[in-house]
Amino acid sequence: MSASTKISPSERAASRTLRWRVVDIVVVAVLGVATGLIFWAWNTLGSLWYAGASAVTPGFGGIAVGIWLLGGVLGGLIIRKPGAALLVETIGAIVSALIGNAWGVTTVYSGLAQGLGAELVFAALAYKRFGLVPAILAGAGAGAGAWLLELVMSGNLEKGVEFNAIYLGSLLVSGAILAGVVGWALVRALASTGALSRFASGRDARREV
Amino acid sequence: MPGAAATGPARVVARDWGWRHAGRKAWAVRDLDLVIEPGERVLLLGASGAGKSTLIHALAGVLGGADEGESHGSLLVDGVPPERARGRIGLVLQDPDSQVILSKVGDDVAFGCENLGVEREEIWRRVDASLEAVGLDLPLDHSTSALSGGQKQRLALAGVLAMHPSLLLLDEPTANLDPAGVAEVRDAVARLVDDGSSTLVVIEHRVDVWRELMTRVVVLDADGGVLADGPPDLVLDDVGQRLADAGVWVPGIPLGLAPRPVSGPSAAVITTDDLAIGRTRKQPVQERLGLAVPEGAATVIVGPNGAGKSTLALTLAGLLPEITGTVTAAPQLAGRLGSRPIRWKSTELLTRIGTVFQDPEHQFVSSTVRNELGVGLQALRWSRTAIDERVSEILEALGLGRLAEANPFSLSGGQKRRLSVATVLAARPAVMVLDEPTFGQDRRTWLSLVRLLQHELERGATIVSVTHDAGVVEHLGDHRILLEPLELGRRAA
Amino acid sequence: MTSLTAADRSTVLHHRPPLDRVNPVTKVLAVLILSVPLLLTIDWVSASTAVLLEVMLFPLSGLRFTALLKRALPVLVFAPIGGISMLLYAKPGGTEYLSLGFVRVTDNSIELAVAVTIRVLALGLPTILLFARVDPTDLADGLSQITKLPSRFVLGILAGARMLGLFIDDWRSLALARRARGLGDRGVVRRFASMAFVLLVFAIRRGSKLATAMEARGFGAPNERTWARPSRLGRADLVAVLVTIVIMAFALSTAVLAGTFRVVGQ
Repeated sequence: MSASTKISPSERAASRTLRWRVVDIVVVAVLGVATGLIFWAWNTLGSLWYAGASAVTPGFGGIAVGIWLLGGVLGGLIIRKPGAALLVETIGAIVSALIGNAWGVTTVYSGLAQGLGAELVFAALAYKRFGLVPAILAGAGAGAGAWLLELVMSGNLEKGVEFNAIYLGSLLVSGAILAGVVGWALVRALASTGALSRFASGRDARREV
Repeated sequence: MPGAAATGPARVVARDWGWRHAGRKAWAVRDLDLVIEPGERVLLLGASGAGKSTLIHALAGVLGGADEGESHGSLLVDGVPPERARGRIGLVLQDPDSQVILSKVGDDVAFGCENLGVEREEIWRRVDASLEAVGLDLPLDHSTSALSGGQKQRLALAGVLAMHPSLLLLDEPTANLDPAGVAEVRDAVARLVDDGSSTLVVIEHRVDVWRELMTRVVVLDADGGVLADGPPDLVLDDVGQRLADAGVWVPGIPLGLAPRPVSGPSAAVITTDDLAIGRTRKQPVQERLGLAVPEGAATVIVGPNGAGKSTLALTLAGLLPEITGTVTAAPQLAGRLGSRPIRWKSTELLTRIGTVFQDPEHQFVSSTVRNELGVGLQALRWSRTAIDERVSEILEALGLGRLAEANPFSLSGGQKRRLSVATVLAARPAVMVLDEPTFGQDRRTWLSLVRLLQHELERGATIVSVTHDAGVVEHLGDHRILLEPLELGRRAA
Repeated sequence: MTSLTAADRSTVLHHRPPLDRVNPVTKVLAVLILSVPLLLTIDWVSASTAVLLEVMLFPLSGLRFTALLKRALPVLVFAPIGGISMLLYAKPGGTEYLSLGFVRVTDNSIELAVAVTIRVLALGLPTILLFARVDPTDLADGLSQITKLPSRFVLGILAGARMLGLFIDDWRSLALARRARGLGDRGVVRRFASMAFVLLVFAIRRGSKLATAMEARGFGAPNERTWARPSRLGRADLVAVLVTIVIMAFALSTAVLAGTFRVVGQ
């Protein structure tokens, strides 16, 4: 290998592989754990609202759920590989369940459904689009995933059309804003600290130094 | 070393080699022509930014693929690119916490062997041999998170040794350790290198610690290529001053600091009475402390690990509550407030006692350096113009001007340290408490920090530093508080 | 996750509990078996039977009763939430007791509310009983060696997840630092968000460095990997799976016999 191996920018873009590197795997786990911790801490704040609101109102409890949907959006935006959104959300759910919360293993089922919702959005965009609108859509997708699962898991199918319609609406809005917009802003803030230098998401945001 | 490497020590050949990280304009390393013969022990030096760490990561084959940067020329270890020789090359990095892979000591050491496909019984034989070689006498199921920094670094070394590498690379292995840890790691490496069964390349800026061990010193030039290359004594004589200016702790080159003026007795600005301190009420780490911090002077808190130095500093600073007893601020400090700093509001604390944490990043709350400096002043409700004026003043005084719009987290280690001190100085507190201010600093940033603090002392500030660093004790230690750890028996609830 | 093992020491009785002999992978299967079938129905008979049987088997887990209660506390406190929502909004049926806007409290909703509350408990217990004492490394070994999940993912995730313990010290320092900077008086939410952000930065940085360290130790290479700690299945695993199947069969069949079995959405 004695010849120069300069690669032109277009070639570099093409070689941007969808294969998982070790650093992708480890950071997915780290993000999952960190978001799991945040979920667990939000449980105390958000649960009170969720408990109060969902116990008493027809479905508006869904508004606070958004933060729990953040993991999938973050995973997809930072790692940008197939399965990242699903993995981060699921790991976050597992961590949250293991530390100890009210819902035990069902947290993990929620994580899977929510992560899948976000993942499908990124997949539909062929893992090429990671701006604000994809983030919002992914957040809403996660919300939809949660809604679908809870029809069976929380028995929401028994609660009639009005409840479920309002619940879906508040989940979509919450997901879009608290997960989508917040997630997108968070990734930009992270990139500007330089912590994402090994990822395309970090290099896109920084100026050439 | 426990069992010679199967193929003997490695030979490294670099021809016109260079690397540029993706997204950067400048090349990290350029025009490097270097040959390292099997069995040599090389100390790699150079100014920060000269590319030492990049070279070591490249030798280990962990720089990342085409999507993380581009290379030029060739770099071969025993005739093959390093990515294809991964199992034969061992790398120990700087941060003790980021190298612990599994939660039990034995499992962590076995990890590398598992990846190489070594057979199960042989793995555990190697684990025992490696732990013994680095002097880590712990049971195999001991928790890895309960280890000290020096122990964690030795654990990483053991994990690498178990793979029987032909090339051993150490990237600033002692930079984040206290003096005891530095000695431990150095002794472990010294024991290992005697039989010459691997080639060794080390990056360190504490030259005196490693000098006797090394057969050769290579200095990288920030502008590309090699600046100096040869036996340690010759190279250090030749370019010693240049290296010292660039931040390397070259032995024998004086610091050039003025000696501290002898200070007369002065009134105490903070006193303690029968004080017991600790992080939790049930476990005091010190008891019955009766101390006085003299005003306008430099005090250092020293003692071995576990004696509670940081806890004492944070308690004196009004951040941790006393377990029993009191910390009292003198009237000239407290003003119209009560005498116990723990009861002051945080905005009141800001203008009286400023605290600089061991890890500067724990203090950062903004996205630009300029905003960071103004945070405390905003909390104090200063006017916009007053804040801007003061911030510009500080930026100027501490040489942070051209970093004003940078993100604090993206700064270099030395710049972060300056920034954390600058944020404290902005509110002009009378007392400054610093926890290990010179931790991880190279010679250049060390000097600039100590000069800065001495300048503050001349202006009448009171400084209290927690430190392991003998240099700090000498230049910033008019008064000393020595803490000894409580005996374990006395610590019972 | 070492916090799990530290807690073990205070919760364990002196002999080796039978559940420890069960491979963690089998425990995952057990939790699935004990939860998914219950999701098919909302009725108080199946839920309470399951809870009863599981509580009877709890001595096998090696936990002290107080430890079990402590871990079950969140479940016990929040289970009524699902119940109240069901009480107020379930589709109406039978005698109506209250009607207020969207709210309709009826026989149907009361029955469902009670059932859902007990069901939350039945769904939460298995995790507590089975996973309180699982060592994450053992779980990773099992998932890689027995279920043959790709080791790169399993071990990479294990290593990254280990960092949980490190965050606690950082969190404390972050809080103290904010007081020192004059930010400790007001704005709890803002402080929380700022601390969480810094934690994320630390986490990603540490993770990136850890990945480099792992790669330097040969991780992620295409060659075949060996295992220092063998993970095996034995009789205890077979027994565990059979027992969980029996519990579920019993719970569901008693519900069918009592006539209370109702599929969700019926």
